[in-house]
Amino acid sequence: MADTPKPEELSKIDHAPPLMEGWMDVPAEIRPGIYCYGGKAKNVAAVGMPNPRDWNPADDDWKLPENWEQIIDEGMRDRLDKYRSFKLFMDICVRCGACADKCHFFIGSGDPKNMPVMRAELLRSVYRKKFTAAGKILGKIAGARKLTEEVLKEWWTYLYQCTECRRCSLFCPYGIDMAEITIMGRELTNLLGLNIDWIAGPVANCNRTGNHLGIQPHAYKDMIDFFVDEIEEVSGIRVEPDLNRKGAEILFVTPSGDVFADPGTYTAMGYLMLFHYLKAQGLDITWSTYASEGGNFGFFTSHEMAKRLNAKMYAEAKRLGVKWILGGECGHMWRVVHQYMNTWNGPADFLEEPVSPITGTKFETATGTKMVHIIEFTADLIRNNRLKLDPSRNDNLIVTYHDSCNTSRGMGFLEEPRYVIKNVCNNFYEMPPNTIREQTFCCGSGSGLNAGEDMELRMRGGLPRANAVKHVHEKYGVNMLSCICALDRAVLPTSLGYWVPEVAVTGVHEMVANALVFDGEKERTTNLRGEPLPGMEDEE
Amino acid sequence: MSLNGLLLDKRSSIIKKWRDLVISTYPIDTQRFLKREKDRFSNPVGQTIAEDLEILYDQLIKDNDIDQISRSLDNIVRIRAVQDFKPSAAVGFVLALKRLIRKEIGVDTGQGETKDDMEALEERIEAAALLAFDIYAGCKKKLYELRVIEATNQVSSLLERANLKVEIPEFDPVL
Repeated sequence: MADTPKPEELSKIDHAPPLMEGWMDVPAEIRPGIYCYGGKAKNVAAVGMPNPRDWNPADDDWKLPENWEQIIDEGMRDRLDKYRSFKLFMDICVRCGACADKCHFFIGSGDPKNMPVMRAELLRSVYRKKFTAAGKILGKIAGARKLTEEVLKEWWTYLYQCTECRRCSLFCPYGIDMAEITIMGRELTNLLGLNIDWIAGPVANCNRTGNHLGIQPHAYKDMIDFFVDEIEEVSGIRVEPDLNRKGAEILFVTPSGDVFADPGTYTAMGYLMLFHYLKAQGLDITWSTYASEGGNFGFFTSHEMAKRLNAKMYAEAKRLGVKWILGGECGHMWRVVHQYMNTWNGPADFLEEPVSPITGTKFETATGTKMVHIIEFTADLIRNNRLKLDPSRNDNLIVTYHDSCNTSRGMGFLEEPRYVIKNVCNNFYEMPPNTIREQTFCCGSGSGLNAGEDMELRMRGGLPRANAVKHVHEKYGVNMLSCICALDRAVLPTSLGYWVPEVAVTGVHEMVANALVFDGEKERTTNLRGEPLPGMEDEE
Repeated sequence: MSLNGLLLDKRSSIIKKWRDLVISTYPIDTQRFLKREKDRFSNPVGQTIAEDLEILYDQLIKDNDIDQISRSLDNIVRIRAVQDFKPSAAVGFVLALKRLIRKEIGVDTGQGETKDDMEALEERIEAAALLAFDIYAGCKKKLYELRVIEATNQVSSLLERANLKVEIPEFDPVL
């Protein structure tokens, strides 16, 4: 974690605001390539969120409800009362600017309103006007301003240029969680129906069908069957996964991105192979076509919606009668699980403290939630010598590791993924220290911003990460970026496709499965992607 | 002194002014950061501008290695192609070097060998500007390609794997 600043360090903070002079007079521009399409009426209405209507952010008229000012006023008041952190974060910022140049969007875009301090100031200025005496009386001099439609548009523009990655928070001497300010800001915009469709669509689908894409249970099963055939082709092993099996000891929940989008699909095959391998050692696990989404785009609209979408995990665990839940490689899913699930939908007193049936290890960090991240589970297996691994099968890969924001800064998974990677491949190189671990740079497309229409924004946000990947590519010949987040796997191939096309993206469990040696398997000539294994190039 | 001698003599001054000119295309509050932060991982935009303009200058005034010029132009233009610049502003910095050099060396380049050298240099700069435009267009094309690839991947493989479509195989199965 970041060092806590000493009092003498805090006292040295220069209180002169580093903020743009006259920033209040520079209206936000809604530019193509930067903004995402507005949430469609049908998707907003499907979950009962406010002001459903089709709208276009590029139009002058955003079709706001007539009493929109009152709605924001009450919404802000309500949240200031409910969340003390929000009130604190509105009050305590001294605008020291320590966060200013830490945001990937600021670094990549050069737009000063992407400095986290400025992004927060957009809200704070309105907060001051509405809720502080100085702001009410002194106005602009006290950094306060009235909420107008133009200001609202500025909010929307910049709140949807933040991926809630929390890198800036790491550098804040007061520990202000900027992601929480964005979360609150987005809650407020959602009160007026100002959402983006890339979030609203998945939320509506997830609420009804159980996953972002609206894939129905039979199609989910078809995908798993497809993976089973693929795995048999590569390894000669026919895995026999269970779906919706009552009485299993463990329920497995993973982001649907792993099941439906390359290259995440190879990671999903990796899970299937690992579970099959462990069956003989006593693993009793089932997938679910109902809890078929680990991700939670509701988290990008409101706490209430996030809670609602999250509820299916415990509900399905209860229905199936499992003892605990294992979760796949994902980022924001884990922020929700780790930091919110227990209080939103817990206590899950019908579940037990997770214990690995293979090694007997108690996962004490998951005592509250009863849900374990698969990277921790696998690291424990390797540490207890329960996996026969041949890392040379990954010798065609020169690997680096991208710490996903939510698992590194949000959960502290810094060593586990590295431990697993170093056991399943022989060539591993770190990116520079100020771009990894707690200081990791965001993929640039998180928190629902991985739409297609905002491609330029995504490339700007992805620049600092890709820049570090480029460095290790040039210095060590790195050709594979590994990660433990489904969203990373969905968006980093695109970002690297623009900045460093020589580097591909993989989940850690894809590499685990490629290295995993089964009893009685046929000699493998290819990896899960169908690419020849090192030394097997002539076998094709 | 020959033109080349002058250009070497004024090298750091011209490069600094060229860098300042590129950085001045960003908002004032961003300019401070782009100049101040020297770590290339904390400040990829500022450091790319600083490093690659220096390389470009040296290549344009003497070595003229097209690959190196392309690489450095690509590094800068690839960034500016996704920032808030019109196409002309994204690549215009290359042509600005002509003006800077004329102003900075401040000698009569109107005749003889110096004039020929100057014309040759300006031609190289103009060629580099056209190259920058090619790179800019390539970057934009790449963005659209990536967008199409993402969309296709999402829909196509899904339909196939869910057995909702069966396409003609590459080769007819042997009957």
